[in-house]
Order: sequence, then structure tokens, then C-alpha cells
Amino acid sequence: MRKKAAGLPLYIIMAVLCTAVLFPVILAVILPFQAHTELKDTLSPLVNFTGKYSRVDLLPQYPSAENFKELLVYSPEFYRVFWNSLLMVGGILLFQTLVAVPAAWAFARAEFKGRRLLFNVYVIFMLMPFQVTMLSQYLVLDGMGLMNRRLAVILPAVFSAFPVFLIYRGFADIPRDVADSARIDGANEWQVLRYIGLPLGKSGILACVVISFLDLWNMVEQPLTFLRDKALYPLSLYLPTLGADRGELLLAAAAVTLIPAVFVFVIGQEELERGIIASALKE
Amino acid sequence: MINRYAIKRKYRYLPFLLPSAAGVAVFTFLPFADSVRRSFCAAVTGDLVGVNNYKAVFGNEAFGLAVKNTAVFTAVCIPLLIGISFFIAYGLSRVKHIRLIKSVLLFPMAVPTAALVLIWQILFGDSGWINHIITSHGHGAVSFLGSSKAFWVLVGSYIWKNLGYTVLLWLTGIMGVSTSVIDAARVDGANERQVLFRIILPELKPALYTITIISFLNSFKVFREAYLVAGAYPHKSIYLLQHLFNNWFVNMDLDKMAAAAVVVFSVIFAAAVLLQRVWDRKEV
Repeated sequence: MRKKAAGLPLYIIMAVLCTAVLFPVILAVILPFQAHTELKDTLSPLVNFTGKYSRVDLLPQYPSAENFKELLVYSPEFYRVFWNSLLMVGGILLFQTLVAVPAAWAFARAEFKGRRLLFNVYVIFMLMPFQVTMLSQYLVLDGMGLMNRRLAVILPAVFSAFPVFLIYRGFADIPRDVADSARIDGANEWQVLRYIGLPLGKSGILACVVISFLDLWNMVEQPLTFLRDKALYPLSLYLPTLGADRGELLLAAAAVTLIPAVFVFVIGQEELERGIIASALKE
Repeated sequence: MINRYAIKRKYRYLPFLLPSAAGVAVFTFLPFADSVRRSFCAAVTGDLVGVNNYKAVFGNEAFGLAVKNTAVFTAVCIPLLIGISFFIAYGLSRVKHIRLIKSVLLFPMAVPTAALVLIWQILFGDSGWINHIITSHGHGAVSFLGSSKAFWVLVGSYIWKNLGYTVLLWLTGIMGVSTSVIDAARVDGANERQVLFRIILPELKPALYTITIISFLNSFKVFREAYLVAGAYPHKSIYLLQHLFNNWFVNMDLDKMAAAAVVVFSVIFAAAVLLQRVWDRKEV
């Protein structure tokens, strides 16, 4: 569409909108740098209300790193929880990609009876919220004796349908002739995937990794259901258990939790946008 | 020889597909089929009880409340999100610095709910900052999380989180509308409004379909905000199906869960098929 010169009011609206969207995140970045004495006005009314409402200093009077020091030096359990998150999210991302790439390749290349039906089963279960499969997954995991182990969160997610669907999108765009000609030249199907599929479908795979990471780093439902032991919780579930009475620590921990997500968002934004658009295409 | 080659060809892709298909079968498909069977049985004895579980679910007061809330929440926030994001996308298509604004709007997708739990409490808590501002202007304090206002806080947090990709999808659709058609209409004397309603909007029906589906699916994830900020038993205006499933699970009400899961599955399946039908007819 051709761009028409827009008026100032539109820019002002956009600026207000952006500020409003970023505001909670700005608070989450400013507050942990405030000293205990300053945060007291913000946090203590939440814990023990004495008629004085919570107040926020948008400009820290005495910026300090004491909350981070307390978190990183005196709270060893934070490292354990961080490790839980890394282990679960990393394990899921690695294995789900390893499983989904060949499956997506088969869906994009093979013609077999029932292909359409099988693909539809994937799409249907992709559409279902966690609550629909929650009981079924619990029964399987319980039967395998995996409940309350990190593997209980990892395994079902490795075999989720969404990555297959999204990576399939990337592979489906590769012209058939390209892959077929490689086969005529004597390559076997794994080699075709390795030397033609992967380079050409790379952006779909990366998009899938970025979208999955952002969602997994925020996972709540699965660990809440499959883990009973709080020592196994990932960051996304552990942080709120600290509560407002340990608010200084919680704020610092939240800021540290934000770092990997922001990092992936910044380096992967292009893939993220491409993935969102690809996942929205109609089959 | 030819036959063996044909067979080999036919099963060539099996090793590619097998790990994934086996995993989906073991962790999702077969157990779900089993819980369909289970929904007709008593949880403890395994005796066939017919539709008793379904009767129990539909007669359950909490289920009624949760269904009502989930339906109202969906009916309010999806049209709201779709409308707001369209206006933003339409505005965005006419300004510079699109990239920057798009990044800002997408950013909440990357922010884990847990990182903002305390911020929501500082802002919306009964003794929170917004109440500080309200009371210092001489008004009475408002209980944002402990009254029916909690519903609107949840709607707001849903829109905040999901605005980015809906704007992105609308924008992709708007940018895809052919420039020459719009220019031709302008030459013929069409004004801005006519261009929007007669040319741009009709072209965006496919975008509307996918945006509706995706924002519906993501609406189930507001449980994260609702649960982490307000706990397992929040104010009854935001007690959603997700809370109910979670609480039934904690109490090990497995037969009710099985029946309710089948009901939710059927409703979503029917809605998706229906939308697809409506959409296919329009395309012709």
C-alpha cells in the first residue's frame, strides 16, 4: 500500500501506545535497582497494609545493586531454579527440533495413504489447549513412573505438534524439482534433507526455535501439573512463590529471568515475525 | 525387482516420520482416546457408567461458572483485540518507523508472566500504586483484583500480551493489498473511507480467519496471569475452565476431568470445522 503522509496526532497516539505497552517492563527494570530503604515504600504496603498505599519512585534516588548481590551471592537456590529452567527448556528445544525436522520433511515430501489424515490429527491436537490433554498426559507419565521428575515436563513437549507444523511450512515452499534432481544424482533421502532441506528450510526451523523458546521460558501449566516438588520448578513457576514479602529478591530474580528472553527476542525478531506469519497461513 | 524397489520407495519416509508419530501417539493421541473411554467409566472401579460423568460435570456448579466465565471472557476479549489491533495496524501502515513500533508491540510476547507478577501486584493490588494515586485525589480505593474488576484487569493483560502478533498479521494483510487497485480507486474519486471499506477490508477476510483462530488459542494462556497473580481460587469473575481443570487435578477428580476434556475438545473441534466451512464458502 502506498504511504500517505500521516499527521502529528497519529504519531502522538503511537508514542502513547508504545509507552503504555512498555511501562510495566520499565518498572520491572527500574525497581530492582532501588535500595531496600527506597523499595520499602513500594513493597511493605503489599505485605502489611497500614493505611499507607504503595508508592513507586520512577527515578531511583540511590541506584544500587544490592538486590542483585543478595540474589546472586546469597541465594544459592536461585541457581538451582535457573538450572531447572535451562535444562527443561534446552532439552525440549533440542529434542523437539531433532524429532520435528525429519517428520516435517516427510510430510512435505512423501505421498502416502493417510498422510492428509495424519497431518490433520497433528493440526487438531495443535489447536487444543493444554487442559484438554492434561489428564491423558498425566496418566501416561504416571504409568511410566515419571511424575514429579523434570523428564515429565520435557517428554510430552518434545512430541508436540506445533514444531512439525511450523517447520513443514518452510519445507513445503522448497520446489519439488530441486529435491528430486538431487535424488537423481544419487543422493539418498537423508542427504537430500541434509544438503537441500536444511539450508532452504533454515528460517522455518529458526522461527520455530525462537517461538518455542519464548513460550517455554514462560511455561506454567505443565510444570504446575507434572511437578510436585518445588525444588524442580522452573523460574516461570518459582518466582511467584517468593511473594511480596521477599519482593526485593523477586524483583532482582525477575530482571535476571528477563535477560535470556530479551536476548532471544532481539536477535531472533526477524525469525519471530516470519514464524508468526507462516503459522497463520491457511493450510 | 521392480516390486521391491516400489516397496522401498513407499516406506522410504517411515524412519523420518516414525519418531514423531510414535511420540504423538504415545503422549497425546492414544491417551486422549483412552480418556474418551474413561469418561464413560467410573474412575475407581472402571465400571461402565454411561453418561453419568457427563451428567455430573454439567450439573456441577463450578463447571457452570467456569464455562460462563470462559465464554464471556472469549466473547469480550477476542473482538476487542481484533478491533484494537486493526486500528493500530491501519494507523501503522501510514506512518514511518513501523519497525520500531512493531518491535515494541511484539515485546510483551517475550516477557515471562512470572517476571511481572509483582509489578501487577504493585500496580493493581488493594494497597497498590494505582490506589495510591486514586486515593490521593480524594476518591475511594478500588479493589482491582478482589472484585469483578479483576475480569477487566485480565482482559487488559491478555490484550497487552497478544497485541503484537495480531497487529503484525493485520499489517501483513494490509500491506498485501495491491497498490494499483487503491490508486485506481483514488483516481476514480474514492475517498479514504471508501478505500478502507470497499477495497482494503474485503481483501482481509483470510487474515481475519487466522487472527481469530490464533487469538482464541492464546486466550487459554491467560491462565498464567490469572493463576500467578491471583492464585488457584481467584475472584469468581475470573474463575476459568483452566482453574477448574487445575483444581480437579489437585483433588484427583479424574472422571470429571475426562468428561470435561472431551466436552472442551468437541467444542473447539466443532468451532474450528465451522470456521473453516464458513471460510471456504466465502472463498468460492
